[in-house]
This record gives sequence, structure tokens and C-alpha cells, in this order.
Amino acid sequence: MKYLLLIYGQEAAMMAAPKEAATQMMAAYSAYTEAMKKAGVLAGGERLRPTSDATTVRGSNGKTQVLNGPYAETKEQLGGYYVVEAPDLDTALTWAKRCPGAQSGVIEVRPIWPT
Amino acid sequence: MERGDEQARRAAEAVARRSYGRLVAFLAARTRDVSAAEDSLSEAFAKALADWPAHGVPQNPEGWILTVARRQTIDAIRRSQTGEKAAGHVVLLAEELEAAASVNEIPDERLFLMFACAHPAIDPSVRAPLILQTILGFDAATIASAFLVAPSTMGQRLVRAKAKIRQAGIPFRLPDRDDLGERLDSVLDAIYTVFAEGWSDPAGVEARRRDLAEEAIFLGRLVASLMPDQPEALGLLSLMLSAEARRVARRTAKGEYVPLANQDPALWDSGLIDEAEGLLFRASTMGAIGRFQLEAAVQSAHVVRRLTGKTDWKAIERLYDALYRITGSPVVAVNRAIAVAEARGAAEGLAALEAIAGDPRLSEYQPYWAARADLLAALGNIAAADEAYRMAIGLESDAAVRRFLQERRAALSGPPVVAR
Repeated sequence: MKYLLLIYGQEAAMMAAPKEAATQMMAAYSAYTEAMKKAGVLAGGERLRPTSDATTVRGSNGKTQVLNGPYAETKEQLGGYYVVEAPDLDTALTWAKRCPGAQSGVIEVRPIWPT
Repeated sequence: MERGDEQARRAAEAVARRSYGRLVAFLAARTRDVSAAEDSLSEAFAKALADWPAHGVPQNPEGWILTVARRQTIDAIRRSQTGEKAAGHVVLLAEELEAAASVNEIPDERLFLMFACAHPAIDPSVRAPLILQTILGFDAATIASAFLVAPSTMGQRLVRAKAKIRQAGIPFRLPDRDDLGERLDSVLDAIYTVFAEGWSDPAGVEARRRDLAEEAIFLGRLVASLMPDQPEALGLLSLMLSAEARRVARRTAKGEYVPLANQDPALWDSGLIDEAEGLLFRASTMGAIGRFQLEAAVQSAHVVRRLTGKTDWKAIERLYDALYRITGSPVVAVNRAIAVAEARGAAEGLAALEAIAGDPRLSEYQPYWAARADLLAALGNIAAADEAYRMAIGLESDAAVRRFLQERRAALSGPPVVAR
């Protein structure tokens, strides 16, 4: 099965982090991605630019509207994602727990609808 | 003809009791589709009920059910899946099923099914109902009445939980070592919930409920035998066996309720008690105390009366202290207060009850009111005791316990009043 790991964290705090901490975080993510590749579970993933760069298209009654900003203003923001190929939910959860973002943020694990 | 119907129905029920969960677990572990596995089996049982009265119960009824169920399952997979992957899947499943001549040759994967049902991705309130339905084959209406929920609500919850197992890819296997302790607690909780449901029919009038306690013990044995290094699994089994050992003693021959303190230890099943004590001892050597071991130890402190003639109330108070620290449960607090009263006198017991009286969860909890009434009566506060007994009687649903409480209440005002 394919699972989407959605990484939510506090964007502002991350942007304001000292350089050393940011470098450390990058290194942690790079190691994590490498481990996923080696385990053969990585099926995709990207880091997202901050929500200030987001633009939203919202439709209602057949009309669409282009709005400045993310879909929802929340305490934590979607900062990136991975797609993992895992035999079951527990394996996907194990990888979610290993994600550097899981230490102070939220990882939502969603099964991907098979095509 | 009617006689044949009855015989066929009984035979089908016996097969269902022995083999249902095993077949569901086996089929579901391979397809991840619990609903489909259940559907195949209920189709097979429906066919049996139609076929057996006319042609007689087959010599190997389980083999008959298994053959029909596997055909149903394979057809269902063919219908729901397409492509080569599905075809391969069907062949593998068919071969494995074909190889098993009887249900006993099918690998027992009920433990895996239980871990799936008690997975953290499943709503906690539906875990025990899910185990009842998938392992024991209970219908939603029966489960709903046991859990005091509307049948349609329970049905919906069960359907949703089974869909989640399938769609989220909840595995049918043992959790990894890191998660095992926590996951096992959920499984044990669910089994204990099943036991408690069976326990609520002390007279054993309702066969189905009595079976629930037996089935819970069966599940407990299964978990304890497959996970002999898990002290809480042993603790739960010990707890259930101790309680079961006293089943007969809980009622007189006439069906009157006998509280634990008045039970005749000669009526307790010493074989079960010895087994329970052995399990608890083994668990205690593993150095990881937990809720079920503590509750089993409370039972052990009660049954020591069969040897010494006295209950060790001081030990029981200490055990409830520890249990309260772990669970914070008001039910534990009530039991602790009863132990305090026995160990240190009614006044201190009542003070312990007063300390938790504000908990809204206790306002409709019969044992709280009964304990309160007993202690007030012991302290000579007859009016308040009468009022508390009235509450307890109003909250009790078991007729035998109600009669017992009514007698106690009547005894407050001199000689017992003869009921009209």
C-alpha cells in the first residue's frame, strides 16, 4: 500500500531558527530520506515553500476564486510530505515516528486510494 | 421434521462456536476484509441451516462449513477484484484452504485478528464489540444491548471500524517490540470487557452470557499461551480464573445473591484458584507490575480465606491504593473504601467514601450506594442508610442482588418484613 506522510509544523518558528539548528534539521531530513531509500519504501516526497507563498483556488456555486494564502490558517502548517510504499499501517507509522518533523510537530498518515 | 430442524440448528451453532473466529481470522488476515469474511461464513451457515434439516447433519460439519465458506470467499474475491494480481491471490488462498481438511488444520490467527481489532487507529469504544463480533460471531443487536447502545449505532460503528481495518491497511500480525506493551494492554482491556459482560449473569441463566465469560477465559488463555513472557497477559488470566472459580458460590441453590464475604470457600473451584495463583506468581517474577496483576492480587487476597479463614483486608487496601494510582478509577476508589472499612472500621471507610462522593460518575453506580448504606447502617445512621439503600435498589438491574439489598434495607427497622 501507498501512504502519504503529511508533515505539519510551526513554520514561523522554523524560519526563525538559528542557522545551526536549521542545518541540523536539514541533515536529519537528509539522513531520514536516505534511510527510506535504502529500505526501499520511498515513493516520493518534497519540501514545501512556506504558506506565505501559497495561493488558493476556492470554488463555490460553479465559480472559482483565487485567494492569497493557504487553505487554512492553523497553528501548524503543512511543510512537506513523503509518499511511502509500506505493506501495512504499522510499517507506515514506524516511518512516520522516525521523521524528524515528528519530534515537535504532527505527522498525518493517510492511505492513498489505489488506482 | 421439526426435530431435524432443531438438531441442524444446534449442530450449526456448535460449529459456529468452535470455529467461527478461527475462520474469520484466517480469511480476513489474507484478504484484510473482515466484512467479506463474515459474509462468507454467514452464507455458509445459512446454507447449512437450509441443507442439514433435509439431508441430515454431515459427519464432519466443520469441514462442510469450511468447504462452503471457501467457495463463497473465492467467489467474493473474484467479484471484487480484477486483474492478474487478484487471480494469483485467489489461487494462493484457495490452495491454502484446500490443503486444510478440517478447521483444526487452519492456522489459528485469532490473536492477530484481536490485535487488529484493538489497534490504536480503531476507536477505543468499538474494540471490544469488534472482538465479540469477529472472534465470537455475535450480532450487532446482541452487542448493542450488552453495551447499552442503540443497535443501529452499534451496527454503524462496527461497519466503520471494519472499513478502516481494510482501507487504512491495519495489519494482521503481532506489533513490533516497541509497541507491543501498549498494544497488548488494548487487547487485554477488550478481553476483560467481554469477561465482565459474561460475569454480569452470575446465575448462568443466559447461556450466551455464561459463554461470554468462558470465551473471554479462552481468549485470555490463548493470549497467555502465545505471549508467556507478558506479565499482564498472565495477570488478566489469573484475575478471570479467580473470579470464575467463585461463580457457583455467588448464588444459593434458590438463586439468592451471596456477597463475597459470606461465600462458602468450600464451593470455590480450587483447581481454578490454584491455576490463578500459579499464573500470578509467574507474573510477579517478571518485575513489571500492572493493572491486571494488581486486580488478580486482590482476588488472591480474598481467596486466601479458604486456607486461613480470614480475608487479608490490609493487603487489599494496599493493592487498591496502588490500583488507584494507576487507574484513577472511581470504581477502584469505592472498593478501596470498603477495604478501609474492613481493615480500620466503618467510620474510616465512610470517610474514604465521602472523599470521592463528588465524582459524578458515582451518582448512578449501585455499589457506591450499597457500600454507603452498609457503612451508615453500621454506624447507626438508620435514616441515611435507608435512603442510600433505596438508591442502590433503584439502580440495580439484577433481581437477586435487588432482593438482597431489599432484605438489608428491611433489616434496618427491626425484624424482616415479609414481602407480599
